[in-house]
Amino acid sequence: MVRHFERELDQLKAKLLEMSALVESAVYRSVQGVVEKNEQLAQQVLKNEARINQLELEIDDMAIGLLALQAPMASDLRLVTAAIKINNDLERMGDLSVSIAQSALALMREPLIRPLIDIPHIAGLAQSMVRKALDAFVNRDPEMARSVLAADDAVDNMRTASYHELISFMEANPTQIQQALYLLSVIRNLERIADHSTNIAEDVLFLVKGIDVRHHNEARRTNEAQDRAN
Amino acid sequence: MATTTSTPTKAEAPANKLSARSINFFYGAFQALHDISLEIPTNKVTAFIGPSGCGKSTFLRTMNRMNETIRNTRVEGSLILDGQNLLDMDVTYVRRRVGMVFQKSNPFPKSIFDNVAYGLRVNGITKRSVVEEAVERSLSHAALWTEVKDKLQKPASALSGGQQQRLCIARALAVEPEVLLLDEPCSALDPIATLKIEELLFQIKDMTTIVIVTHNMQQAARLADFTGFFLLGKLVEINETKKIFQFPAKKETEDYVTGRFG
Repeated sequence: MVRHFERELDQLKAKLLEMSALVESAVYRSVQGVVEKNEQLAQQVLKNEARINQLELEIDDMAIGLLALQAPMASDLRLVTAAIKINNDLERMGDLSVSIAQSALALMREPLIRPLIDIPHIAGLAQSMVRKALDAFVNRDPEMARSVLAADDAVDNMRTASYHELISFMEANPTQIQQALYLLSVIRNLERIADHSTNIAEDVLFLVKGIDVRHHNEARRTNEAQDRAN
Repeated sequence: MATTTSTPTKAEAPANKLSARSINFFYGAFQALHDISLEIPTNKVTAFIGPSGCGKSTFLRTMNRMNETIRNTRVEGSLILDGQNLLDMDVTYVRRRVGMVFQKSNPFPKSIFDNVAYGLRVNGITKRSVVEEAVERSLSHAALWTEVKDKLQKPASALSGGQQQRLCIARALAVEPEVLLLDEPCSALDPIATLKIEELLFQIKDMTTIVIVTHNMQQAARLADFTGFFLLGKLVEINETKKIFQFPAKKETEDYVTGRFG
């Protein structure tokens, strides 16, 4: 006998997967907007935002309903709470994709000041983190989730390097500041997308293993940051 | 009201199976129910919750006139079942249309088969094949068939508590009641047996309108489409279950569902 509750949990998972797919493609399309100057894809990101926002509301409503009415326990409880948090991260990623798409549309209006090198790299890495975090969620794969955590530092480092480079460029070319700022914004938004992927990976570890890696991870990063500073 | 000669199909079924209009109920001089008006939606599960003595069971029992077996009681108001006041109907006819399952399972001292067949035989259905078919169907709907199909002639008393309660549900379902009333049907059962009953109720609500009284708020939350909260003989609030447990309109309901009552 399949419990009624199980069916509702399955519906929650299905909605979250639909949202994941939409967000993953929003990230991909916004990046294509910047890297390939693909206006059509950038426009689609803006158009799909409403659906992502709608799903955010529906998922929250379902999850809160499950908490209120079904009093889930153990792995069911972790799934519902993880769903609420992942939902939030996904919606933010959707918003960030919209920002990137808007930057892409602005950048298309004039020739680029220099070829894009860092952005495709960061975008590639961030996209792979998004994909892996969502795969880890779908397959309940803790190893995959851990690989996302490991990748986040690389994205942070690339962002910092690009920042320095763009700041130097702006100092040397004050007339090109506007375009440089758009590029800066794209990099920053990609880095934040990677951060949200990390959050999702952490939620997957909590969901599957029942372990909370957030603060250990933070401690590890703090140590590494100090090492770098020394 | 427009009359129709065709058999009503499911799509035409009225939204509300039962309507209570200003029900007052008295045990002697004591008024146990005060002006209860509510609707019981067709093919949904409606739960009544509230502290002991709030009148929820009394109200449930008025719906198939069970209180009439208690001396010196009196009911006022009307209970409209598909357009007719069931308080004016023949009581046997009411109880065939509105079945009831009690807190304590009460199988007859007969075989499993005869328990389920009982209501059919009382209603004059004796053809063996028809009875056999109805017994199997009712036991299946009560999620008991696979457990008892090889021992239908064994005494019902040999079954476990949870099985006996499902047998009572099967017995009630055998006469295909339009409304099934359940008065704390799981209060004597363990969580697994409770889950089985909840699931079967969920399965059979397509066939019958269900009204359940429960002390267990979580059970109402899990099971019911609509929930009514009773307090001191009054209906405080009735609404979609989700609303009652997430955003109750009345402070008394909020206090009760959050455990701050009293």
